[in-house]
Amino acid sequence: MRKYLILAALIACAAEAQNRSGLEFASEEIRRLQASDAENPGMLWVDQGAKLFAQKCASCHVSMKGVATRYPAVEDGRIVTLEAKVRHKQAFAYESDELLALTSYVAHQSRGMPMNTKISEKDVEKGKAAYYRRRGQMNLACAHCHEQNWGKHLGAETLSQGQPNGYPAYRLEWQKMGSLERRIRACMFGLHAELPPYGSDAMLELELFLVWRANGLPIETPAVRR
Amino acid sequence: MKRREFMGSLTALAVSPHISTTDPLVYSFTKGRPVRPGRVKLEMPPLAENGHSVAMTVRVDSPMTPSDHVRAVYLIAEKNPVRDMAVFYLGAHCPRAEVSSRLRLNGSQQVVAIAELSDGSFWSDAAFVEVREAACTDGG
Amino acid sequence: MALARIDLPHEARRGELVEVRIVIQHPMETGFRRAPQGERVPRNAIHSLVCRYSGTEVFRATLSTGIAANPFLRFFLRATQSGDLDFWWLDDDEVQGAAKTHLVVSS
Repeated sequence: MRKYLILAALIACAAEAQNRSGLEFASEEIRRLQASDAENPGMLWVDQGAKLFAQKCASCHVSMKGVATRYPAVEDGRIVTLEAKVRHKQAFAYESDELLALTSYVAHQSRGMPMNTKISEKDVEKGKAAYYRRRGQMNLACAHCHEQNWGKHLGAETLSQGQPNGYPAYRLEWQKMGSLERRIRACMFGLHAELPPYGSDAMLELELFLVWRANGLPIETPAVRR
Repeated sequence: MKRREFMGSLTALAVSPHISTTDPLVYSFTKGRPVRPGRVKLEMPPLAENGHSVAMTVRVDSPMTPSDHVRAVYLIAEKNPVRDMAVFYLGAHCPRAEVSSRLRLNGSQQVVAIAELSDGSFWSDAAFVEVREAACTDGG
Repeated sequence: MALARIDLPHEARRGELVEVRIVIQHPMETGFRRAPQGERVPRNAIHSLVCRYSGTEVFRATLSTGIAANPFLRFFLRATQSGDLDFWWLDDDEVQGAAKTHLVVSS
């Protein structure tokens, strides 16, 4: 009898430890919006990205299917995000509509495919430390909300696991499309912590850890989030 | 009292519980004519996760024929700083008096829909939406 | 030029009810928001929108800042003959936008 109880507990733990997309913590309206390509405002950026891709990238690149599942990646010891890759020919400004459109388009080509980055636990040591480090006036670490208390309420909201698989995402709070880095900065703002600059080492390390942690979750771009 | 006068006074009693006909915004298009509750159905979620985008569908019970149709539907917010939200112009050519959009609500409030029919009558419905705020302020 | 996404069945039978959906990329700026430096972002919302089907107006709307950013509209028209669906809109900055699609109508 005890053996079965232990087994049940282990299965329950495994289920508990399973990665869950932010979609699972979203309201019915948000889930409905994300599911409808006709109504999802994020698709406007994907459309824009398709046009830009045809103009600027198609001369060298053919299909982007599966590409987003492999980023961020570690190349020659450096962390490389999808944004950095897209900027290799033209340095679009971070959070510009053009960059968002192109990254949304590329990520959208992998929609439904599980994140499958080739990152090792060693690669994410710094990011992991950052994830568990207290910061800001609130003196909280990412883990306090997104690991220890996901599923519980903060105000009227349900805390998610802070997974990155939907990004770039259309966030109602922004009333437009935004990147994972913008979302991380928004979280930091909530903690009254210093915001790591876009593309900075601190940001890249945290991003890499988040994606490593999320491995297996399907890409949902363009996700809709509150 | 003649029957017509009696019926007229009954109509005047059927005022809209949703919004006052002397509200300047309402007056701007009704010019004081009565607004009666009914025939319009305003569908909005009772609880909205975020005030930036709240689903709305408005339907009017109308045959939509040349002699009996919906001319326009007016959407008014109770507490937005700018209370006029939209006017949808339909007309006899429109086969179904149904329009959906997404609204921006500045906090929990009532939204009112007023339909203007081809016979010059006005009908209303209202929906109260509880709007939740973000737990963590964003700051961009 | 603002992007738009129009959704409607590619083909319909004459007399059939057709559901039309459109999302337009536009901030519908309320005029109450403040930019990072603290200055007010001026109001700029789409205020007029018209949809014509084979040249005939089938839908018109006056919009205001109470309509959410990247405005979404859904309405109905009756399929008569094959033709273009032309959307036109104008915002507070007097910038026009347009989008077009085609409806095939079979008898």
